[in-house]
Amino acid sequence: MDFYSLLREFADSWMLLVLFGFFVGVIFWVFRPGSRKTYADTAMIPFRNEQAPAPADANATKEA
Amino acid sequence: MTNYIKLIVLGVITVCAAIAASYARDLAYMVNALVVMVTAGGMFLWTLRRTDEPVNTADLSGEYMDGVVRAGVIATALWGVVGFLVGVSIAFQLAFPVLNFEWGEGYLNFGRLRPLHTSAVIFAFGGNALICTSFYVVQRTSAARLWGGNLGWFVFWGYQLFIVMAALSYVLGSSQSKEYAEPEWYIDLWLTVVWLAYLAVFLGTIIKRKEPHIYVANWFYLSFIVTVAMLHVVNNLSIPVSIFGSKSVQVFSGVQDAMTQWWYGHNAVGFFLTAGFLGMMYYFVPKRAERPVYSYKLSIIHFWALIFLYIWAGPHHLHYTALPDWASTLGMVFSIVLWMPSWGGMINGLMTLSGAWDKLRTDPVIRMMVIAIGFYGMSTFEGPMMSIRAVNSLSHYTDWTIGHVHSGALGWNGMITFGALYFLVPKLWNRKEVYSLSMVSWHFWLATIGIVLYAASMWVTGIMEGLMWREVDANGFLVNSFADTVAAKFPMYVVRGIGGTLYITGAIIMCVNLWLTVKRQPAIASTNNLVPAE
Repeated sequence: MDFYSLLREFADSWMLLVLFGFFVGVIFWVFRPGSRKTYADTAMIPFRNEQAPAPADANATKEA
Repeated sequence: MTNYIKLIVLGVITVCAAIAASYARDLAYMVNALVVMVTAGGMFLWTLRRTDEPVNTADLSGEYMDGVVRAGVIATALWGVVGFLVGVSIAFQLAFPVLNFEWGEGYLNFGRLRPLHTSAVIFAFGGNALICTSFYVVQRTSAARLWGGNLGWFVFWGYQLFIVMAALSYVLGSSQSKEYAEPEWYIDLWLTVVWLAYLAVFLGTIIKRKEPHIYVANWFYLSFIVTVAMLHVVNNLSIPVSIFGSKSVQVFSGVQDAMTQWWYGHNAVGFFLTAGFLGMMYYFVPKRAERPVYSYKLSIIHFWALIFLYIWAGPHHLHYTALPDWASTLGMVFSIVLWMPSWGGMINGLMTLSGAWDKLRTDPVIRMMVIAIGFYGMSTFEGPMMSIRAVNSLSHYTDWTIGHVHSGALGWNGMITFGALYFLVPKLWNRKEVYSLSMVSWHFWLATIGIVLYAASMWVTGIMEGLMWREVDANGFLVNSFADTVAAKFPMYVVRGIGGTLYITGAIIMCVNLWLTVKRQPAIASTNNLVPAE
């Protein structure tokens, strides 16, 4: 089998499966139990540390 | 010590550029070599004057690096006006061919100015907007100073050098004839260096972040930087004819070259003009609306769906060509599926305002961002529709495509950038608010009416010429000659030019407004005095 056909066969089968599986996995991961709390905190990131970087030893989630 | 190394490097570059200019085989290459020589020589003198002088070693890790963002904001506004001006000029050149002046023949006619316009608005205006907003956003959402020290400045100035060299080379007739990738090999190599530095600065800042999570805007920005690097390198694989000339030969040929070009071209739309600007949306809309993004889960799904789908959509640019049917069908199907994440993102952006819709009445800046998201939704509906093979048989090669591109570029990219600039300038120069909100309103309406005139006239003229091209009489002969369609398009071309004029008027009002914000608005007392000086 020439190199192109080999790559083509791989892309059509295993790679497709891996990519599709990854994508479906992401959706399940997003809706995992407890994600709501995590994301509520992550979504607030733009409202912290607007004026200056967090100090080196500070708790990362501290309000600026 | 580093200054001595810099001096040696800059000196070598200056001498090499001078040699290249003297051996140059074409005008574009010679002028670009002279630009490099003057730039490197100027930097040599600048470095020389600072060598062995006392250096400021203050610890700046307690502050954000905003100087480069300020420079980027200025560059964005200025390049925007330049790009729009060239656009309006070529719009009127199409309506009134006499504007291809005899004295500018070979330099300032439509064919030379058109790539200048597209590159100026996409790469100079859009690129500077992306670089400066990404530097602003990544610092705030990582709670860390920009990584790499002056590397951020190298990215900024290196990018401006790329723009100047590309613009000069187009006007002087050097182009590798790939749409949105016109710059020749040596400019491509320079951009690769600058882009890798950009990636390093951005990634370095994310790596040293103080927040446990990487905010979604950074995901979009990072995917834009990484993908553009990959697209740029693969699409520009070429072998120069001479090291002292700008001409190069593509490594791919025929349909492979066409496919590579539109894989690049459509993902330039997908990752440069969409993913990067979505990064802006996910930061500036929540900030201006003063509430977090509507659904963070949706934003993650939006991201991964967009990444997985966009990369396959390119072949829809090659319907009815030598490209195999299966490939163009694949591109078409993925383009249609892409509608889903696009509208998911639009809904996420718009619904961020839920509970704050009253701001639309009082705040023209948020109005600008919302209409940007609206145009994002409209053009991501129109695009998949136009990618359907049957629709494409009517729309392809007509002005409908140009109308579609501009509803996306003027509506989505332009408006979200204007919104971001109105947000950023008061923050960066420590002012409470922009100088005049009523000027923002004027900008908003001028730009919106301009886009409506542009898009509507291009729909009419595009569908008209598509129908005229395919019209046959009872005996199967074509009814219209090409010149007939050109004559019929005249009124719509004038309307398009007027739309563009309104749009640039709005942009000039913005520049005045932002200038007055810095000059006339009183500075507010610094709010970061709680941070100890380190």
